[in-house]
Amino acid sequence: MTGVLPVTLGDATKVVQALLYSGKEYVCVMKLHKDASIEQIKKVLGEFEDNIYQRPPLRASVKRQLRTRRIYYLDLLETDGRKVLFRTGCEGGTYIRKLCFDIGEVLGCGAHMQELRRTRAGPFVETNSVILHDAAYSFMMWQEKNDETYLRRFIQPMERALDMIPNVHVRDSAVDALCHGANLTAPGVLSFESSVKAGSMIAVLTLKNEAVCLSKAIVNASQILNMEHGVIAKTDRVLMPRGTYPKGWKSDLKKDE
Amino acid sequence: MPRTAAPWEVKHEVLVKAEGETDPRFGCKPEERSATDLMKYGVINVDKPAGPSSHEVAAWVKRILKQEHVGHGGTLEAKA
Repeated sequence: MTGVLPVTLGDATKVVQALLYSGKEYVCVMKLHKDASIEQIKKVLGEFEDNIYQRPPLRASVKRQLRTRRIYYLDLLETDGRKVLFRTGCEGGTYIRKLCFDIGEVLGCGAHMQELRRTRAGPFVETNSVILHDAAYSFMMWQEKNDETYLRRFIQPMERALDMIPNVHVRDSAVDALCHGANLTAPGVLSFESSVKAGSMIAVLTLKNEAVCLSKAIVNASQILNMEHGVIAKTDRVLMPRGTYPKGWKSDLKKDE
Repeated sequence: MPRTAAPWEVKHEVLVKAEGETDPRFGCKPEERSATDLMKYGVINVDKPAGPSSHEVAAWVKRILKQEHVGHGGTLEAKA
């Protein structure tokens, strides 16, 4: 299994949550156990472009209970004898090995996964991935020669990982309160994406596009425009260090002085 | 079943609630961060080789880049 594996560094590790739930894309070689016609294969692949049920395989890192996963697309690319090459876009947490097995069952001939390459994990695509040797070289150039040009080419800001979850931009004055764990309230919101849904994860950003925190929305996008006060989202993971922006709220302590 | 758009095919519509400005004295655009901060708040899109597990690859990145913490988004099985 090769392909795109986003690795988060240091404090950015908190954004992996956003990546786990984002979609993935794979190219896969599936081996059929008996001959099948291209028409048959196409028809069956088409049937799997749907919500599918999967029980995680024996060797899995999650609880083995039946769960549904969305297959966005499943396109046949090539066949060579009993080998079938396809490309699929699917929800995070879909087991492709299981998918191949199930396709084989529906075809009636049996099948297994032979090779797999991930071509996308959320916003990260194959075309801008780097091999470990290059990563090591760029780091060495920075550490020993003080040359950061290579480093900048292969490390991406953590905000890139948030591209696919709904973004909400907030006022400077709201930022530090959020960094201290306060919930996002209506007056702080400047703009938001129409994809904000109650219960789903959102990314809260400054006008400079820096990530402030990951939050759980408690209202839908349609409600936000008309809200003058009240909580929009509950802060879940704070990404920005406290004190980056000045404190925007009044403290009772000052009154006493 | 009609084909549904994958998350990367969906266009996000931005709705503006209020106009605002940001003070240039505080914070910093992600692309203008210093190399040290970039490392601290960075993601590497690794092209995982065949053989080692995702956890091993993440551990290598941690050692190579002298990091205290690393995480990875989505396990890719170790062996074909």
